[in-house]
Amino acid sequence: MSGPADTIFYAAAAMTVGAAILVAILPNILYAAVALLFSFAGVAGLYILLSADFLAATQVLVYVGGIIVLLLFAVFLSNRISDAKITNPTHFRLPAAAICLVLFGVLSYAAVSTPYAVKKGVYLPTTADIGELLMTRYLLPFEVASVLLLAALIGAALLSRPDRAAAEKGDMEEGKR
Amino acid sequence: MIRYAYIIPFLPLLSFFINIAVGKRLPRKGDWLSLATIATCLAMSIAIFIEVFQAYDPNFRYHVVFPWITVGDRALLNTGILIDNVTAVMLLVVTIVSTLVHLFSIGYMHGDPRYSRFFAYLSIFSFSMLGLVLAESFLFIYIFWELVGLSSYLLIGFWFEKKSASDAGKKAFIVNRVGDFGFLIGILIIYATCGVLGYDQVFLAIGEGKISGTLLTLAGIGVFCGAIGKSAQFPLHVWLPDAMEGPTPVSALIHAATMVAAGVYLVGRVYPMFTPDAFLFIACFGLITLFLTATIALAQNDIKKVLAYSTCSQLGYMIMGLGVGGYTAGLAHLTTHAAFKACLFLGSGSVIHAVHSQDIQEMGGLRKKMPITFVTFLIATLAISGVPGFSGFYSKDMILGAALEFGMKSANPLHMIFFIGALFTAGLTAFYMFRLVILTFFGAPKDHHKFDHAHESPPSMWVPLVILAGLSFSFWYSGWFGTLIQKPKSVANLAGISAPAPVAPMEHAAVMTPAPEGESVPVKEKAPDASHGPAPAAHEGAPAGAGHGSDAEHDAHIAHRAHAIAMYSSVAVGTLGILLAFVVYSFGWINPARVMNALKPLHTFLQNKWYFDELYEATVVNGSKAFSRGLYWFDLHVVDGLVNLSAQLGVFVSFLVGKFDDYVVDGAVNGLASATTGSGSLLRRLQTGKLYHYVFVLAGGALIIFLIKAF
Amino acid sequence: MTLDKLLVIAAALFCCGLYTVMTRRNAVAVLMGVELILNATSINFVAFSFFLSRAMGGQIFAVFIIVLAAAEAAVALAIFLRMFSTTGTVEVDAADQLKG
Repeated sequence: MSGPADTIFYAAAAMTVGAAILVAILPNILYAAVALLFSFAGVAGLYILLSADFLAATQVLVYVGGIIVLLLFAVFLSNRISDAKITNPTHFRLPAAAICLVLFGVLSYAAVSTPYAVKKGVYLPTTADIGELLMTRYLLPFEVASVLLLAALIGAALLSRPDRAAAEKGDMEEGKR
Repeated sequence: MIRYAYIIPFLPLLSFFINIAVGKRLPRKGDWLSLATIATCLAMSIAIFIEVFQAYDPNFRYHVVFPWITVGDRALLNTGILIDNVTAVMLLVVTIVSTLVHLFSIGYMHGDPRYSRFFAYLSIFSFSMLGLVLAESFLFIYIFWELVGLSSYLLIGFWFEKKSASDAGKKAFIVNRVGDFGFLIGILIIYATCGVLGYDQVFLAIGEGKISGTLLTLAGIGVFCGAIGKSAQFPLHVWLPDAMEGPTPVSALIHAATMVAAGVYLVGRVYPMFTPDAFLFIACFGLITLFLTATIALAQNDIKKVLAYSTCSQLGYMIMGLGVGGYTAGLAHLTTHAAFKACLFLGSGSVIHAVHSQDIQEMGGLRKKMPITFVTFLIATLAISGVPGFSGFYSKDMILGAALEFGMKSANPLHMIFFIGALFTAGLTAFYMFRLVILTFFGAPKDHHKFDHAHESPPSMWVPLVILAGLSFSFWYSGWFGTLIQKPKSVANLAGISAPAPVAPMEHAAVMTPAPEGESVPVKEKAPDASHGPAPAAHEGAPAGAGHGSDAEHDAHIAHRAHAIAMYSSVAVGTLGILLAFVVYSFGWINPARVMNALKPLHTFLQNKWYFDELYEATVVNGSKAFSRGLYWFDLHVVDGLVNLSAQLGVFVSFLVGKFDDYVVDGAVNGLASATTGSGSLLRRLQTGKLYHYVFVLAGGALIIFLIKAF
Repeated sequence: MTLDKLLVIAAALFCCGLYTVMTRRNAVAVLMGVELILNATSINFVAFSFFLSRAMGGQIFAVFIIVLAAAEAAVALAIFLRMFSTTGTVEVDAADQLKG
């Protein structure tokens, strides 16, 4: 890779990992959510460097725009408003850290020591190909995913209704007759 | 007929079975059946006797033997019949007396609730006695010996509701058993040494020397013990007086004529095997008995008891007679005694039946009321007292002669005591018998109520009396008896009393030539019975030892002198006794009551039978009871203690097992359960319900797999 | 920028996400950790797709991961809200009804 590309690569990598670490460590959820945002952004950067332009765009749109917002909403909705500073004490740190560190060591060792048959990377636009593939070869997963999204939508909507919704539903049905 | 002799015992046996089983349902309750069978036996015995008499041979012998139990070729046990002169006479005696007693019982036992059973018992007794007489081996005589004992027990205790009667039956049986024990030991000694049991075989074996010396004497004494028991000799005489508890016909049959004679018969049967020491032993016991029991009879007031002791005394005479070598004498007395004693007993039964009492002190003057009974009783009493002309004189005189001869021939002057004692007791016998007669039949009645009630008995009761009294004269016996019944040759092979060779009539005549009566051919003549008849011809004049001719003459001379002295002295003594009795009890010159008071301690001693019963009670009876108490204690404490201990042990073991079960087994089960529960509660802590724990475990597990795979 | 570097980055991301899942008390924070993990796998897919072959399979898979992550986040957050309304808390410790 050429120089700037490497620099961007390291920057993006640092942002991703650093933000991820912050997500793990920060006691305040809101701060953690924001760190998560930055981590997602870094991942998007890495995608671009890996010639996954469509994917990077999707990442930003869905993750950063959708999921982070969702998380923030959930944080606010699920804690007492009076607690402006929402702390999140942690526990069980040492064993978890041990496991994670060991796991990281193992995984990275596996990653480094495996001789991959690496080809030279080619930068090409991918959107058209992805679209075409979605419609031909990966049609079934596409449809299934759409059904899944529908189910999730309904489920989420149903689950997050207040309790009065049951009685209201009954009233509505009575009103219909 | 003699060939069919074996049938004789079985007829009464048949009658026994029938009467026992269905007697009550027969007409007249079956008395005719018993009577018929025994009468048939009588007829057969008479026929056999006629045959034997016609043979007129002192050595007559009919012996049939066949093997009964065989092992391969060897015969273990033989059975058979032996009939010689003695047997023929005994058969006759037993059947005559038994038949007459059967007849008497019809009247005497009339109305008894167990009438048929009485006749059944009479039948079994007859069977046993006849079997005993016909037996040809020690085994069979022993078998019938015991059967006779059993019959005696049944008959004595016939009125068993009365405690004294059942006790008397027990006493008779047990005392007899004591004697039989000695008898058995004698038989066992014989069997162990000779290996055979038939008389002839045993005598043969003894002759060959298989037993000798002390052992033979012991065997002889052992066999004699049976006679001591059965014939009520001292010291086993105690049962006979008590046996008077039985009905009077029983007393007459068994305890006067037949069963008690079995002992005498036994001694006579096995005569050849006795050693001189054994004979001395026998004679001593006979002497003691005859004197002892005669003295007791002096002081008794029960009519049957007097007769019972008299029987003991006469049996003593017989035994002593046999012991001093008077074979013929003893057996002659047996025969004559059977007749007159049975007559006396039946007569007493008649009296008792009339007066309903047995105490002579309540009687008196009965001769007017019961003439037939009186006359027959008197005849029998004359016989027992040894008055010449009567049968008792014939036989008793023979015994006295034999005793005197023994004393004269013996080197030991002490041996004269047999003669002296027997002579003195003859006087006593005459005295107490006439005392009985006088107090019962003469004089004024002492109890008028009983006297008025008395009457003569029915014919079924006085006919036997007459017959028996008729047989009490000496002419019936003199002559043939002495010839036919002669002392057998001893196989004990020792010098002394047992003289060899039964003498043939011709020889006897030769020996007897110097006899003063001039009876040159003694045998076939029925000499007048005024003198002592052919008694000298019949005695054991045969020489001692090896039979030297000159010794024989010398011995014969002594014998004759002995018999003469004996005869005169016995007549004298007997007359003296009778006179004394009349003096005391009839004429009243000596007051009996004053004499009694003067001799009070002696009289009490005599009246209480020399305290024999008390002595036995204190020693033997109480000893046995104490022993049995000791055994009972042992059984209760030691044996039961052991049993209880083992039970306790079982309980204890089961207690331990229970504890084991509770603590170990249940403990194991419970422990298992609690271990499971414990480990469960430990393990459940893994399931915390907390998500992060699960993730942790998941990650950790995956990590471990990676690590394992990697390295 | 080599393959192994990217894989290491992805591993680091994964471990951070795992740490977050294990240590955080708030359910929403746990969800954040899950998102991190998903992202790490996506990076892996795309990296392999770029370096080992030009097939688009890896990238399409990553697309689907994004879709599924979104749906899952929506449903999960709905569940958390429900949990908040019934029990008044979204602490992970409170959800231990499966405790043995």
